[in-house]
Amino acid sequence: MKRQGPLALCFLFGIALIFTQFSPHSVSQKLYEEVIDWGLIITPFALVLAVVTLIETHITRVRRRTEHWQYSLVVFVGMAVMVLIGIPFGPQNSIVEWLYNNVQVPMDATMFSLLAFFIASAAYRAFRARTFEATLLLVTAMIVMIGNVPVGDLAWNTVLSWIPLEDGASKARQWILDIPNLASRRGIILGVSLGVISQSIRIILGIERSYLGGGD
Amino acid sequence: MEIFGIWIASLLTLCIYSFLYRDNPFYRFAEHLFVGISVGYSIVITIHQGFIPLAWNPLSEAMVALGTQIRGEATPETSEALSGLFKIFPIGIGLLFFARLSPRQAWLIRYPIAILIGFNSGIAIPNVLRAAIFEQTHGTLTPFAQMHAGSMSLDDIIGAVFIGIGLICTLIYFFFSVEHQGPVGWLSKIGIAFLMVGFGAAFGNTVMGRVALLIHRTGFLINDWLGTIF
Repeated sequence: MKRQGPLALCFLFGIALIFTQFSPHSVSQKLYEEVIDWGLIITPFALVLAVVTLIETHITRVRRRTEHWQYSLVVFVGMAVMVLIGIPFGPQNSIVEWLYNNVQVPMDATMFSLLAFFIASAAYRAFRARTFEATLLLVTAMIVMIGNVPVGDLAWNTVLSWIPLEDGASKARQWILDIPNLASRRGIILGVSLGVISQSIRIILGIERSYLGGGD
Repeated sequence: MEIFGIWIASLLTLCIYSFLYRDNPFYRFAEHLFVGISVGYSIVITIHQGFIPLAWNPLSEAMVALGTQIRGEATPETSEALSGLFKIFPIGIGLLFFARLSPRQAWLIRYPIAILIGFNSGIAIPNVLRAAIFEQTHGTLTPFAQMHAGSMSLDDIIGAVFIGIGLICTLIYFFFSVEHQGPVGWLSKIGIAFLMVGFGAAFGNTVMGRVALLIHRTGFLINDWLGTIF
């Protein structure tokens, strides 16, 4: 029961969702909507469990006074303010919106913009045109970056004015994105998709059971 | 309040950029605040946009309908609302996630996990087949049909052939059932070249996306924040 029950439920839910998506019958559609609702109702509990684990981790840090434990209190304050105001009054509440617009969004954008520096420094260290493949990657990245900014076309029209092609930098970038990039992307998407389908079939049929964990 | 918001956003932005010098208390404060606020906001959104409309509201309406039914004042609407009582099952299954907190009952967590994994696998198979495999193959082959109909320019024909060759070579590179020697080896090498161009393009786009964010944040600091001072 500890393993067979979950495996049977996994099979039932998987099969139900596959068949109901192919059948246009109203009963099938009703069942599909109900199963989707069940999935959407169960998922938030996983998030709550994740939050409980996060809280446990930070409580342990505070209790053991590990290095920088004080910052765990900042996590609690941020979370508590958002939850205590957001749950009773909803995400449209003015304080929640203010926190979202003036704290979360700016920090989110800044965190991602910080990556610009690290990517640039990593690329400087890692990008060496040692092999043909590495050179191809480097040249493509340079063309895409240069073609993305107006100065790329300006430089092209000024320095390479003898070539009978206007705005060549942005055109080269667009060609790379539309043709070779698309070909490789499609290859990757097709490969990944076949992998997803085969793995999903293995899970539904109970061949793949690693998600059940160890023990009996 | 708006100026106060600009100041808070600017100071937090500067706190995060201070990491470019080195790890410091300002960055750690902003980082931990970001984690707390983001987690709190995701809880609020999940509860208000998922749990309340899908589980709480139907269940509470069903409870009211049940009371009406017991008092003998049933209407067709109350009978319909009673179906909300079935929401108790997914809520009960969801609560099994918390079994993990008890070492002896931790195995019960397998039930919600198995349901969610079966659920996502069931959704994935038809959707991936439709959106990724059929649509991508269709997108690759359609230009050849247009080519046959004679409605394509030379540029488009070259592009379509190039995409076809690139796709086949990339797939051959990922096909490990045959040893990559001879013609297969050459085609696989062409596949690697296409992949490198794809990775280079992805890298270039990622860098430009991050730089655009950096420009946006710098613009915010210069125009909005310094605009409140000078």
